[in-house]
Amino acid sequence: MRRLWRLNPRTVDRLVGGLIWAAAVSTLLILLFVIVYVSANGFPRLSWGFLTGKPQNMGRAGGIWPMIVSTAAISAMAVLIATPVGVATAIYLTEYTRESLLTRAIRFGTEALAGIPSIIFGLFGFVFFVVYLGLGWSLLSGALTLSLMILPTIVRTSEEAILTVPRAYREVSFSLGASRWQMVTTVVLPGALPGITTGVVLGLGRTVSETAAVILTAGSALHLPRSIFAPGRTMAVHFYILAREGLSDNMAWATGAVLLLSILLINVVINRALVALVRRRAVR
Amino acid sequence: MKEKLIEAVLLGLALTAILSLFVITAFILQAGLPLLISYGPWRFLTGLTWAPTEGEFGILPMLVGSLWVTVGALLFGVPLGLAVAIFAAEYAPSWAAVAMRPAIQLLAGIPSVIYGFIGLKILVPLIRDNLGGPGLSVLAGSLVLAVMILPNVIAISEDAIRAVPQTYRDGALALGATHWQTIWRVVLPAARSGIVAAIVLSMGRAVGETMAVIMLVGNSLRLPISPLDPATTLTSNIGLEMGYASGAHRQALFATGIVLFVLIMALNSLASLFRRRPASA
Amino acid sequence: MGGGDCCFLPHGPARSQRAIASLRCLLQLTLLVGIVLVTTACGARQAGDQIVLAGSTSVEPFAELLAEHYMAEHPEAPTINVQGGGSTAGIEAAISHTADIGMSSRQLKEAEKALGLEVQVIAYDAIAVVVHPENPVDALTTEQVRAIFAGEIRNWREVGGENRPITVVTREEGSGTRGAFQELVMGESRITPLALRQDSNGAVRVIVSTDRAAIGYMSLGIVSNVVKPLALDGIVPSARAAVEGQYRLVRPFLFVWLGQLRPAAKAFVDYVLSPPAQAILAGEGLIPAVGG
Repeated sequence: MRRLWRLNPRTVDRLVGGLIWAAAVSTLLILLFVIVYVSANGFPRLSWGFLTGKPQNMGRAGGIWPMIVSTAAISAMAVLIATPVGVATAIYLTEYTRESLLTRAIRFGTEALAGIPSIIFGLFGFVFFVVYLGLGWSLLSGALTLSLMILPTIVRTSEEAILTVPRAYREVSFSLGASRWQMVTTVVLPGALPGITTGVVLGLGRTVSETAAVILTAGSALHLPRSIFAPGRTMAVHFYILAREGLSDNMAWATGAVLLLSILLINVVINRALVALVRRRAVR
Repeated sequence: MKEKLIEAVLLGLALTAILSLFVITAFILQAGLPLLISYGPWRFLTGLTWAPTEGEFGILPMLVGSLWVTVGALLFGVPLGLAVAIFAAEYAPSWAAVAMRPAIQLLAGIPSVIYGFIGLKILVPLIRDNLGGPGLSVLAGSLVLAVMILPNVIAISEDAIRAVPQTYRDGALALGATHWQTIWRVVLPAARSGIVAAIVLSMGRAVGETMAVIMLVGNSLRLPISPLDPATTLTSNIGLEMGYASGAHRQALFATGIVLFVLIMALNSLASLFRRRPASA
Repeated sequence: MGGGDCCFLPHGPARSQRAIASLRCLLQLTLLVGIVLVTTACGARQAGDQIVLAGSTSVEPFAELLAEHYMAEHPEAPTINVQGGGSTAGIEAAISHTADIGMSSRQLKEAEKALGLEVQVIAYDAIAVVVHPENPVDALTTEQVRAIFAGEIRNWREVGGENRPITVVTREEGSGTRGAFQELVMGESRITPLALRQDSNGAVRVIVSTDRAAIGYMSLGIVSNVVKPLALDGIVPSARAAVEGQYRLVRPFLFVWLGQLRPAAKAFVDYVLSPPAQAILAGEGLIPAVGG
């Protein structure tokens, strides 16, 4: 490189340093731009009536209350289904078995699930939950599909969290005559809880922002779902349909602002959990 | 006794992941394989014409579309992401590094449809008016996907760079190398496998994205030649036509899903291969 | 988050008890989910208190509009959920009873007819060929439209417009609107692979309204002032011209179902065919199926 440009290494050093700072600043600017753009277009149209009203005229007017309910219901169900399974998987992998063909298979399965694009989950959810199990387009179909999608995140973060609990704690617990399960519930889980929470919240964020998998499994019906067997339209799907079909840019941005706000809130929750984790480590 | 039961329950739950992977694979295969076989995999992969109502299912234009869009996204996203990762690991004062993490996380958390719509509102007219073509193009898709893969590139390569032992840096600096020479000649080569893993995983992400791409690439069926041409990707074709498809057409979309699935699996296996290699490679 | 709250408790002195509590909560949830899965897998799907319509995105807005009116007039009636997905998906949903009523914007295929589906025409709809409002071209012949969509005419100059390459926008395969357009305009010609494909009338409208070089086609009922409908062979598309038979690009909007409709769904179909509902459709630019 020096031969090519005959530049003094110190000059190169300063030049590259500048470029790298510029890259970091521009990345932050992109983020800032997205937030400001969505807020500027969306917040002026936000109102109490928008949040609590039902959509009229295909969403060109009215509010998004049914979408908020659908989103909350689908996300909550997905997390409620995925969390026990994910945490149990992590406990099994870390506390109940050594590395073996079986654990490698489980890890492979988890990793492979993590890489599958959401549209494939959507296709699968459609043929399996909607058609094969006969659940129809419904909140339940959507939630089951999403729970598979976020399962790897929860397994991975829980595993990492469990591994941060020091070995010595477990040994003390055993030496006091605790069974493995008692040790898990009294020592491992309390220690890993903040990390597990982070994973769950990360998964929650993904379910809120997902579109492709939800539209194929939960449908896009506009009305307030009355049961988990009813179809529903999440905020992300509503945003997509409003934006894509040109029904109303204003309503789309207002929905986008609420969506972004939810994501921001969820992320703040993650950060608090992270901070809590760091603080705990520091105390040790 | 109780312990045994608990262990069995945990094992059962732990098998969910493989089980669902198995069921997903089985159902996608069952839905797509018949057509793939009867139509001929080679003809399916290399056919230039996609005309489902006339029984022609060639996905080459979509394969090429996916490739172009992905390569474009990497071209923009990787250098920028890598620079940010280097910044966070090597340049940033600690307050800045601390501030970056949540920002990057937030960037990753923003729904893809929002990125897609912003791209449609801002990038597409910009490209149409200044560079020509319909605006809905490979370029528009690539630029937006580049932003969407940034968090992935940054997080994984930052981890890789941080994993390089401090002694390497100290050694290089002690020999009189500048900060950048140390990074370029010592740190980055040592972190190479992690960075490659970041790139490959981001490829998977870019290939798999659907909704934002549908909004941006125009979905035309000709082989895209210039970055200003519209294109269709594997995912956008599935997303676009799935609702309307029946019979052989639907099977063909599931067959496209199989191709996508295989592609992603290959990419991810490649990535984990690189990830597993020690940092000192 | 209901019972999941326990997972989010802060940690404190009583951590272990809480962890046990949260674990118990997790186990209960697992059990619950298991039960739900088993019951549903056994086919105990509760149709619930709702009527589901699914299908054509061309019919969707009108069905949604009628559903809004119907539910306002009949508060005791079950919720009517209207979904897009496309004509073919709608017909399939009706066959599989995923939906009570399928909506289609094209005639049924022979294979679909063979299954014994009940078909009800709810209205007729004209398809308009549309361009950007600032496009100087106002009229084309059907043959010119065919040649443009076949990719034989590629510049607006060739049909009396500006010197600008034409951006052709079409619907995706399987769309009822595309099916009708193919049949009525394209005949044996294939739509050019250069065409941008979009999956709804609205998406076509978005592109045509923002690109001066674009041409597309869509349900006349959805045409608004952001795009300009072209006169075809000298006839400006309108519901009236379609009723009188001068404008040829017309296709039916169908409700289809398999077997006996549930009384609640039957009541809605009856409402859709009633004079007030048909008048609403006429007001939206459709051609009523009854009375007219």
